[in-house]
Amino acid sequence: MSDTNDTSTGTTRVKRGLADMLKGGVIMDVIDVEQARIAEQAGAVAVMALERVPADIRKDGGVARMSDPEMIDSIVEACSIPVMAKARIGHFVEAQVLQSLGVDYIDESEVLTPADEANHIDKWGFEVPFVCGATNLGEALRRLSEGAAMIRSKGEAGTGNVVEATRHMRSIAGMIRRLATMDEAELYVAAKELQAPIELVRECAETGRLPTVLFTAGGIATPADAAMMMQLGADGVFVGSGIFKSGDPELRARAIVEATTNFEDPAVIAKVSRGLGEAMVGIEISTLPPGEKYADRGW
Amino acid sequence: MSGSFLPERASGRRSWTPGERLTGRLPDPAPDPSAPTIGVLALQGDVIEHVRALHRCGANVVQVRSAGDIAAVDGLVVPGGESTTIGKLLERFGLLHPLQERIAGGLPVFGTCAGMILLSDELDQDRPQPLLGGLHVRTRRNAFGGQRDSFDTRIEVDGIDGGPIDVAFIRAPRVEAVLADDVEVLAEVRGFPVVVRQGPLLAAAFHPEVTGDDRLHAAFVATVRGAAGFAPSGTAT
Repeated sequence: MSDTNDTSTGTTRVKRGLADMLKGGVIMDVIDVEQARIAEQAGAVAVMALERVPADIRKDGGVARMSDPEMIDSIVEACSIPVMAKARIGHFVEAQVLQSLGVDYIDESEVLTPADEANHIDKWGFEVPFVCGATNLGEALRRLSEGAAMIRSKGEAGTGNVVEATRHMRSIAGMIRRLATMDEAELYVAAKELQAPIELVRECAETGRLPTVLFTAGGIATPADAAMMMQLGADGVFVGSGIFKSGDPELRARAIVEATTNFEDPAVIAKVSRGLGEAMVGIEISTLPPGEKYADRGW
Repeated sequence: MSGSFLPERASGRRSWTPGERLTGRLPDPAPDPSAPTIGVLALQGDVIEHVRALHRCGANVVQVRSAGDIAAVDGLVVPGGESTTIGKLLERFGLLHPLQERIAGGLPVFGTCAGMILLSDELDQDRPQPLLGGLHVRTRRNAFGGQRDSFDTRIEVDGIDGGPIDVAFIRAPRVEAVLADDVEVLAEVRGFPVVVRQGPLLAAAFHPEVTGDDRLHAAFVATVRGAAGFAPSGTAT
């Protein structure tokens, strides 16, 4: 028995490890302490603290930035579950600020207005882990090579329309399945085409999955949406506007948690989907004005 | 009629754990009638890591999601994850009381991180949350701080041979107070117990399942073998 051993913080293992602990769970966007409590009560595994949910960012327009530290502090105080917060793509100082506030995960997010049109944050230098969005495998692996410890599909946030998340999940999973059939020579070409490091491409081919946890985000509005993403191979689900823009957030939050756990059981999904009140009003993707597709942000 | 191809739907419902779907499922080892069956509570958390560790230690493994899954298990692992989420789901899916009864009846249980919290009789917090209980300790959640304070280390555990084990403490809990004499403290970090045993109950504040060091799992499988009347394994270390 001994407690005199060296310890190391901020390792890749503890960064990726926290994401492992979130598997099978739902991470909910919250804008104040009251919503954070509702999320925790409903069984969320973590909350994403932000000033406006994506549906409102879309409506309000303008530049969307990191949230007020005071607001983030109040949610960190109020919650016993992990708290995540968003920094703009490439805005390493927002990330430094979020780390100093003691958030548990930083989302380098396309929902906010990008601060750098070429570079993402160099995430290796941080003790706090990062989650990043991806629309396809190459993008996911580039984010991992920059130090992300968790990947989520981008989907199309704030639309309540799951079609883009479906596209991204199928793209990532389908490409990994194709890699698994390739020989070594073909993997080099795949790495070139994916614009991703060969080591990560090879790891995907060998293990048949991403090296980290893969969640889904962007447009999840119903328990059935969440369960569908899980059946497509997600490890867990982010729900943004879908909960607190619906008629009965408490009931819907709980239902999405239960459907995510029982994603293979249609009887449970049917049961929890009853009488949820109105879902958020969705947006058909093809009606989005040019330049307002968040998934196009990030490189 | 050999040679003719009759398309048919595959029989049996496929079942998988989050994260396995991309590859298709890793085949389970064939059931071993000379080994006990251990359930892994599969409501949320790092279930698959425990399933793999238990397979490596020679146990048969089932995933427990409903009260019906409990009857067949000789032992149970409560995984890492978010303890508030797992506790609420235990209640909502009607697993809390049946599991409490099995634990009271002597079911061996191994809890890691969130699992340690859920096995504790008491928590060091005002906010109530559903617990399985049974382990006579008072535990504090997130006792080492938030994610920035999560750490890797190596620790000696009493009764585990072969040198320190390699472990990850991730927003980890620790035991604040031992509430009964039959609780043995097997390891401490910074003066607080992080591995405790009480009869067939074993709890660790960290995650041996994410580091691939299976010695605690092997010790637990040996406990289950003894409790369920299986012969000791010749291969487990």
